[in-house]
Amino acid sequence: MAAQDVLPSRKGSSGFSALNDQRVRGVIFQVLLIVAIVSFAWWIIHNTAANLRAQGIGFGFGILRDSAGFQINQTLIDYQETSSYVRVYFVGLLNTLLVSFIGVILATIIGFIVGISRLSKNWVVAKAAYVYIEVLRNIPLLLQIFIWYFAVLRLLPAKRDAIDLGPFGLLNIAGWYAPNPVLGRGFALVAAAFIIGIVATFVLRAWARRRQMATGQIFPLFRVALALIIGLPLVAYFVAGFAFANPPFSLEYPTPGNFGPRGGLRVFPEFIGLLMALSFYTASFIAEIVRAGILAVPNGQTEASYSLGLRPGHTLRLVVIPQAMRVIIPPLTSQYLNLTKNSSLAVAIAYPDLVSVFAGTALNQTGRAVEFILITMATYLTISLVTSLFMNWYNRSVALVER
Amino acid sequence: MSDIQSETDLVYVRDEMLSQSPPPHRESGPVGWLRKNLFSSLSNTVLTLIALYVIWIVVPPLIDFALVQAVWSGDSRDVCTTINQGGIQPNGWFGACWPYVKDYFAQFIYGRYPVEERWRVNIVFVLFVIGVVPLLVPTAPFKSINLIYMAVVFPVAALLLLTGGHMEFESMIGIGRELAPLGSGLDFWIEYALLTLVVLGIAYAWARGTGAPAGGLLKLVLTMMLALAAVIFVLSLDLGLEFVPTSIWGGLLVTLVIAITGIAASLPLGVVLALGRRSDMPIVRFACVVFIEFWRGVPLITVLFMSSVMLPLFLPEGVSFDKLLRALIGVALFSAAYMAEVIRGGLQAIPKGQYEGADAVGLAYWQKMRLIILPQALTLVIPGIVNTFIGLFKDTTLVLIIGLFDFLGQIQSSFTDPSWSTPVQATTAYFFAACVYWIFCFSMSRYSIFTENRLRTGHAR
Repeated sequence: MAAQDVLPSRKGSSGFSALNDQRVRGVIFQVLLIVAIVSFAWWIIHNTAANLRAQGIGFGFGILRDSAGFQINQTLIDYQETSSYVRVYFVGLLNTLLVSFIGVILATIIGFIVGISRLSKNWVVAKAAYVYIEVLRNIPLLLQIFIWYFAVLRLLPAKRDAIDLGPFGLLNIAGWYAPNPVLGRGFALVAAAFIIGIVATFVLRAWARRRQMATGQIFPLFRVALALIIGLPLVAYFVAGFAFANPPFSLEYPTPGNFGPRGGLRVFPEFIGLLMALSFYTASFIAEIVRAGILAVPNGQTEASYSLGLRPGHTLRLVVIPQAMRVIIPPLTSQYLNLTKNSSLAVAIAYPDLVSVFAGTALNQTGRAVEFILITMATYLTISLVTSLFMNWYNRSVALVER
Repeated sequence: MSDIQSETDLVYVRDEMLSQSPPPHRESGPVGWLRKNLFSSLSNTVLTLIALYVIWIVVPPLIDFALVQAVWSGDSRDVCTTINQGGIQPNGWFGACWPYVKDYFAQFIYGRYPVEERWRVNIVFVLFVIGVVPLLVPTAPFKSINLIYMAVVFPVAALLLLTGGHMEFESMIGIGRELAPLGSGLDFWIEYALLTLVVLGIAYAWARGTGAPAGGLLKLVLTMMLALAAVIFVLSLDLGLEFVPTSIWGGLLVTLVIAITGIAASLPLGVVLALGRRSDMPIVRFACVVFIEFWRGVPLITVLFMSSVMLPLFLPEGVSFDKLLRALIGVALFSAAYMAEVIRGGLQAIPKGQYEGADAVGLAYWQKMRLIILPQALTLVIPGIVNTFIGLFKDTTLVLIIGLFDFLGQIQSSFTDPSWSTPVQATTAYFFAACVYWIFCFSMSRYSIFTENRLRTGHAR
């Protein structure tokens, strides 16, 4: 180092040693840290192996091929009692993803409505939103799940009765009997029309944007897109209906019966309770994020936009929201992840999610704590990492490009 | 000329100001306020009506349940059941059953802690309030004495009072058992003395190696080892308090123990992790990032499962932990990761000039952190720490899933008692629990906002 050439070396004379060099200290410290971590890990593995041997429990992931032998009420994929633990894992994972996915959508909708209401000039609306946020986010989620599942949903009529929701089926204590979609022969045509509509919309959007950049003319994209995405499948629906003489898509409605409604698609009360609690709870956090995001856009932006002659709707859509989204997205991502992780509280009301069936029932049945917990944790870590990566990518694409 | 003519022709000219007339009735007072704030336009009116409708379907039933229909006194389930269910209430009645909550109130607070020993829990609560209130008031004096009280005196006193003390400390590596006279009980202390000598030796070697004066360092190490010895000695004394195992603790006591221990343990751990994540040493940084992201990436419930079923496997054979302690370890590690991120935010918010200034006056790394950076960073993140604590406080409810009886767990377990079992029991209990949790969390969030406003100096526009 240059400094050492200038400074008179004190080595030997007054106890100067390499220990006073920051880099040497750094190396020593890091070596010590590695030694500590490795020996700690070795100690744990050694103990675990000894304990497992003493208890007569084996170790290995081969057990996952064994037959599970228990029932699961809600399965998105084919599952029997004889299915293996691997199948149990996928049933649980899909149930976790299902409740998280629908929960994220619901929480986002409620959260945005409440968050914007919180900023409303309407006194009642703003105060109602404020009370919603302060009440919901200060009560533990587990308690809210209990309230939904054991208090609110228990108020529903008994099995033989049901609340008739009209086009939405029947609702009683055994769950929600939603209309079951029945696919006819010509459904492929309708689905194809739907996909074509979406693809055409994307192509159209690219073209419209280029034209607007070049000529300044605005293309009524929203109305045309609506016609493409909804109108095209509708036309296909009628064409297929006439061609095959039966509707390509119909709804089978449940009918009330003495032993509970028959038919229809049964949504279990555990799912409803968990979904409601997760969505309403997370929405209270999302609402605060949305509010902070909108407040972060300076008022001058709105004023400038008005002075350019943009209407309030355009101002909100083209000026305020794109800028607010930059502030909103990073914390919104962590709320989505929180919701996904919080869906593991399903175990408290026996909704068959990953933790409940895999780290719960299956673990208790086999006694293989290490394997099952490790797999469960690894799964959640993967979900977290993949979501963060995706949202980081999206965040970069909307981030301010500074020169 | 005509102009002048017209001026002089004026018959009457007002030469004083007309006093202001009040605004039109429709624009002022409550009516005006309503018109301006709620019914200014068609869309606004629709919004108001929707909001009022939502309030109408939520609030009156709650008030009806909790206050109007509620039963306030009684001593058996009869007062809270309808005639059809074998009670005295009219059919269709649905109200809160407060006598049940009153009957169980002590259990919700203390769990199954022995009735004649509950004064000990009360003293701990009082000691906590005495310590924490002046700590939270920014203008209260004697902050450092207060901190020592909360960090050393209170935990020891609480541990002693809650468990009853006379803990047994055994020899750790077996040397003590060889050296101590049989049955003297000195095996642990002999090993402790040896350990102290080893630590002193390392400190002396380090001081010699770096050429620093050894006296100060040795004195510091010796003081700390003696203080720890004093704490262990007090805990091993038999003060005549009955031993209360943690398995019969419950209720709000367990909730507070987990939340406060969790936050107290996660603060120092979080500081170390946050500093490690910003360190120049790649291996340290990597280890801290992995640790933090691992705990932040998994749900707390899997952490609790792990601490309850995997932790016993990690320990040598024969060593077993208390169930509560296992949960505490899981909670502490979990919240340390979140705390580290909060503190890292504070570290990043300190201007670079502060770091450079500390370097320029020749402070070493730990001096720089201890005297310049951390005091500023930690004050800056008090709101974040309080928010983490609120989250942790809510998350303590999860321990009921692994079979501990916290406040909510105690409430759940009261449902099994047939003497109060009624259809309104669960709803009443959850309503009560929600109110209690809400009061705790809401007041803490107000405190967080208060500190935030206090810290916002000079940035106000």
